[in-house]
Amino acid sequence: MGMTMSQKILAAHAGLDEVKAGQLINAKLDMVLGNDVTSPVAINVFEENGATAVFDNTKIAMIMDHFTPNKDIKAATLVKQTRTFADKYDIKNFMDVGMMGIEHALLPEKGLVGPGCLCIGADSHTCTYGALGAFSTGVGSTDMAAGMISGKAWFKVPSAIKFVLTGKPQCYVSGKDVILHIIGKIGVDGALYKSMEFTGDGLKYLNMDDRLCIANMAIEAGAKNGIFPVDDITREYCEGRYQGTPVEYTADEDAVYDEEYVIDLSELRPTVAFPHLPENTKTVDEIGETEVKIDQCVIGSCTNGRISDLRAAAEVFKGRKLAKGVRCIVIPGTQKIWLQAMHEGLFDIFVEAGAVVSTPTCGPCLGGHMGILAAGEKAVSTTNRNFVGRMGHVDSEVYLASPAVAAASAVKGYITDPEKL
Amino acid sequence: MNAKGRVHKFGDNVDTDVIIPARYLNTASHKELAAHCMEDIDAQFVNNVQQGDIMVAEKNFGCGSSREHAPIAIKASGISCVIASTFARIFYRNSINIGLPILECDEAAREIKNGDTVSVNFDTGVITDETTGKTYQAEPFPEFIQNIISKGGLINSILD
Repeated sequence: MGMTMSQKILAAHAGLDEVKAGQLINAKLDMVLGNDVTSPVAINVFEENGATAVFDNTKIAMIMDHFTPNKDIKAATLVKQTRTFADKYDIKNFMDVGMMGIEHALLPEKGLVGPGCLCIGADSHTCTYGALGAFSTGVGSTDMAAGMISGKAWFKVPSAIKFVLTGKPQCYVSGKDVILHIIGKIGVDGALYKSMEFTGDGLKYLNMDDRLCIANMAIEAGAKNGIFPVDDITREYCEGRYQGTPVEYTADEDAVYDEEYVIDLSELRPTVAFPHLPENTKTVDEIGETEVKIDQCVIGSCTNGRISDLRAAAEVFKGRKLAKGVRCIVIPGTQKIWLQAMHEGLFDIFVEAGAVVSTPTCGPCLGGHMGILAAGEKAVSTTNRNFVGRMGHVDSEVYLASPAVAAASAVKGYITDPEKL
Repeated sequence: MNAKGRVHKFGDNVDTDVIIPARYLNTASHKELAAHCMEDIDAQFVNNVQQGDIMVAEKNFGCGSSREHAPIAIKASGISCVIASTFARIFYRNSINIGLPILECDEAAREIKNGDTVSVNFDTGVITDETTGKTYQAEPFPEFIQNIISKGGLINSILD
């Protein structure tokens, strides 16, 4: 029986010729990731159990991105603990303020992950790197500790759902709209424990930033991973960047999928997820002109903090102003993206529109800092989750959207279709 | 190993942000995390929970973030076992890895009511609602995972 792309990567890293869905395996890891929230818990587990060495100090990344620059004394203490550990074990990819970016924007950018690699991260959005043709999945801190010690992790081999993307998306339909549409269709547990494998002729219209965004939100459908085949867009992105040796895996012709969906990208419309689940989607055509009045707009995160996201927002903001009473926070994903956006003049556009530009941080996405909502407030956000209390008060609301829709909504004051500005 | 306690019942898609809101993730202290467990879905939970109580929820329990702080907070609050129709996969892994007993049983998850007294036999996977007298059979763990649990968690199993 044929294997899916995900199964082939797992088999290769477990030293097996073949694996089957449901099989439990131990596999070798190419990268083990943690952040300032999850690394300290992993370090406690590591130290409490008497571990004295890491498996490979070049294959561990610790990115201080969630509450940094440190939001309070407790957060500073967690970062200090991680910094001390990283110094002690000479962790090569410990990234502190000044070098860091949002982890899932930073690792692909720095070439720490690439085609064919197997990565675990103590952050649920580690599934982002599937965009590069990697098998990459989120785990917890104990798995991170075990991975740092042994260089291995246990996996239950997933079955898969195939998404065949066809056609060319319309103007203002981005990777975010594609993945919100899919989550709206299959639900927040529609791919529970499974791989989401994306394929089809429509992939050529999705640039790497779109793909990173789509794979990033696979977890919001409950998936173990999301993955894209390696093509010229991937090769061009990884050229001169990926520090490892790329290995291109392809799904077998006779691979078995639990389900298959064909999605015509040309039929999709800009899509928004209403509170309090990413599956509560509506297209902009289904939202009344004054249905959702917003107080805040966030443009950034591991989902949509990349340069093409900032360009899409700037295109909408150019020559326009935020609606009265709307606050807008723009958060470039990494230092490199920050510089690039500045050189391209995007910051002038944001600031002249009335927005602020932040240092890279996860910040408001998880209600950490840099844009917390009060009771009754509503935000349109390019982030990935709109759970109860996600961005602040338990009685606040988050509406998930693409950068173009978020920016247009900030200008109008109500959630809107960018074409209607 | 067995558990017996009063049930705290929740619905579908209980996410890790309501189990332990991110505003409390600036600590790794189990005690501090437990003090805010379930705060954004049931503000009275921490006042009502007693050592040994059982949490029952419906589908996709623990969806969202990978924060191990979520099963840690539940375990440290005194909960002895979580029964759900299904678990989100990272929460499932984390619970096994830290030694929080969890069981998947759709029928039990749907029928057991808030406040019922429930007992669980982890060796057989039999769940008994002592309030109604009804018993349920949960799926047993695969041997590979039973091995992790019997060694007291993932780290012990790899250092063994």
